[in-house]
Amino acid sequence: MIDKRLEQILPRVQKPARYTGGEYNEIIKDKAEVDVRIAFCFPDTYEIGMSNLGMKILYGVWNAMPGVWCERVFAPWGDMEDEMRGAGIPLYALESGDPLAEFDIIAFSLGYEMAYTNVLNMLNLAGIPLYAADRGGLTPLVVAGGSACYNPEPMADFMDLFLIGEGEDLNCEVTELYRAARNAGWSKAEFLRRAAQIPGVYVPSLYEVRYNADGTLAAMEPKNGAPAHVTKRILQNFSDAYFPVKSIVPSTEIVHDRVVLELFRGCIRGCRFCQAGFIYRPVRARDPKKLIEQGKEALADSGYEEVTLSSLSTSDYRPLNELCDGLLDFCEPRNVSLSLPSLRADNFSMELMERVQKVRKTGLTFAPEAGSQRLRDVINKNVTEEELLNSCRIAFQGGWNGLKLYFMLGLPTETDEDVVAIAELAGRVLHTWREYAANKSRGVRITVSTSCFVPKPHTPFQWEAQVTMDEYKRRVTLLRDTMRARSITYNWHDPDTSYIEAILSRGDRRIGAVLEQVVRTGGRMDAWDEYFSLQRWLDAFSACGVDPAFYAYRERGKDELLPWQTIDTGVFPDYLWRERESAYRAEITPDCRRACMGCGANRLLKGGVCDA
Amino acid sequence: MLSCRLLFRKEGLEKYISHLDLMRTMQRAFVRAEIPIRHSEGFNPHPKMVFALPLSVGCESGCELLDVDLLADPELAVLPERLNCVLPAGIEVESAYVPERKFREIAWLAIHGELIYDTGTAETRGSELESFFRAPSLIIEKKGKRGAVELDIRPGIRELRWKSGGQGQIALDAVLSAQEPAINPDFLIRALQQNAPSLAPDFAAFRRTELFDKDMQVFR
Repeated sequence: MIDKRLEQILPRVQKPARYTGGEYNEIIKDKAEVDVRIAFCFPDTYEIGMSNLGMKILYGVWNAMPGVWCERVFAPWGDMEDEMRGAGIPLYALESGDPLAEFDIIAFSLGYEMAYTNVLNMLNLAGIPLYAADRGGLTPLVVAGGSACYNPEPMADFMDLFLIGEGEDLNCEVTELYRAARNAGWSKAEFLRRAAQIPGVYVPSLYEVRYNADGTLAAMEPKNGAPAHVTKRILQNFSDAYFPVKSIVPSTEIVHDRVVLELFRGCIRGCRFCQAGFIYRPVRARDPKKLIEQGKEALADSGYEEVTLSSLSTSDYRPLNELCDGLLDFCEPRNVSLSLPSLRADNFSMELMERVQKVRKTGLTFAPEAGSQRLRDVINKNVTEEELLNSCRIAFQGGWNGLKLYFMLGLPTETDEDVVAIAELAGRVLHTWREYAANKSRGVRITVSTSCFVPKPHTPFQWEAQVTMDEYKRRVTLLRDTMRARSITYNWHDPDTSYIEAILSRGDRRIGAVLEQVVRTGGRMDAWDEYFSLQRWLDAFSACGVDPAFYAYRERGKDELLPWQTIDTGVFPDYLWRERESAYRAEITPDCRRACMGCGANRLLKGGVCDA
Repeated sequence: MLSCRLLFRKEGLEKYISHLDLMRTMQRAFVRAEIPIRHSEGFNPHPKMVFALPLSVGCESGCELLDVDLLADPELAVLPERLNCVLPAGIEVESAYVPERKFREIAWLAIHGELIYDTGTAETRGSELESFFRAPSLIIEKKGKRGAVELDIRPGIRELRWKSGGQGQIALDAVLSAQEPAINPDFLIRALQQNAPSLAPDFAAFRRTELFDKDMQVFR
């Protein structure tokens, strides 16, 4: 649905099909039969947002509610934004083409911190006041959910409320309460006071924040009956949960242009750096027969030529063989391919890879994360060198001639020996190729990538200092100078983005002013190298009198009040501390399948038993 | 196996999707409609589809042609309906039939254009445009694979009819060379921008309306 002004703009911008809607399976409702309109905003491009499984699920869930119409909104790329501002076109939703200001609820899906600035920029482009306090009425209600809300504080001043945890039920409950509030004529304050009583809802304005003289948090005191801790919501019966069999098929190409099946939520592994591994607990799997049916239906409905299996660690799905067999029976005669991401180097099976990817043995990726066994034990990445090399051997024997290895630099306790061990490991992978490659004539390409470790909230490393950017660069140089083989390529990510990410992910409410300043000075699309500017961020910190090093480079004490302490993931904070101590002793913790270590997340399930 | 040609429209919001996007969209529609089509052989089989003439992003068309080989032997008369109910709204198949002629026989295509001028009066513009395009040769600069190249578009223009509408709008009906060289309707605007900027519109939108062979017979 587009108007004349847009029609003149669209031929001038890159990939105009991102801004038009009209795709197959888009949901159009009769406005006369709709009383709650939701603008579901993804603070990144169409191609990224349309690839997001959470968006697909919640779009379906919301639109299944009678009287509710949920539409999609994405962040325009710079050229489109400039054109829209130039023509005075406010940000609009793709389905109806209506500006955001006409909607009841504006809901952001926040998956990563570097998208925070896009949220503010989108509100600004919609002509909606950024600060919750400046939006006096009940409408529009601006809310956010997603994994970057597990520390809601940096965005606390902008959001009316946060939806913590899985949204399938929670979003509907909040929507119903909004409807009741509007029908009864409640004030915004009255609505928020009641919304805070819904489990999983965090209303930031209901918490009084005080700081100590040293800048650390002194207290976050709930008022008006808000809970001291907001426990994340999870689906009790994930296997039977809604799955979007009919979902929008973009007319233009997106990043993950395929059917996505979600095998399970949570992860049994407990890698100590991994936020997803903790916040998505407890483990709950979906029945393979159900997945096969859903996969077939979704493929038939969409016409997609590829289906992929998604979860934090696909090869840990117990009935993986049964699932793949069932899907392949359907896929093979129809020229549909099945792809398996997130394989672990320790249980990589050639047979499985052969079956699912009959074509193009171009690239394979493993993520040992650290070079030495000691450091892998520290982070609890329970992959041994032997297992990794064994997987490499199988891959090389099977004809693969390209391998990517991902590592982090700056992990807690890392020494120069650990850094050099990355080069040694890459060298042994190369040696394995020389020894076992099925066909050496084509050569081999081993790519080593490093990024700078970002300590995340709700992980055992949430108290850690990040290494400085200079120190990261020193370690990069050390590694680069050690890695000499011609078949090994070394790519390192700039530490700039990781530094800002470290500040945002463990920030408190004082970061809000910085975000606003960044956006005011032209910041947006900070997850994209084309747009990110470290200097702009540094200028904003100094303009706001906020010390970035306080957030990135400072080790927190055991008793320090952490800004995200109000959010309860189900995992005991004591458990995280114990895991941290184990890390410093380089002691590994067995995965959840081998032994339950009592993290506490099982308490979220009725009956209290995980499906590890 | 049955060779099949589809005549379809690409308009509305779908005019903004690229040629590659259109291929994917069509391919998926066949899957949704459960009409199997022939795939290429080899390691990475992909569906074989041949479009008559590529269409620029932003240009509508009421006369696109696509050839595919059908693996089963479906009733061609109901094919359009089966595809239309699984296609996005802006793509609509009008007919499906067994092709008798080759795409290379397409020589001319008719286009309709709307030119919009934000300022100025339209009274004399129609005749000014007419006389501009009456020139014996019209050289434009276009980007080729090896940098800018010059192209005389005049021989590729068979017919041009201008009609002034209200509010600074001018309608254009033209017949342009379809292949070798293909005269994209945007070339007409580029000719104005490069040689008579005062006549260049602020915005122009085009629609392909018909395909002809060298004898100006409708091509199907």
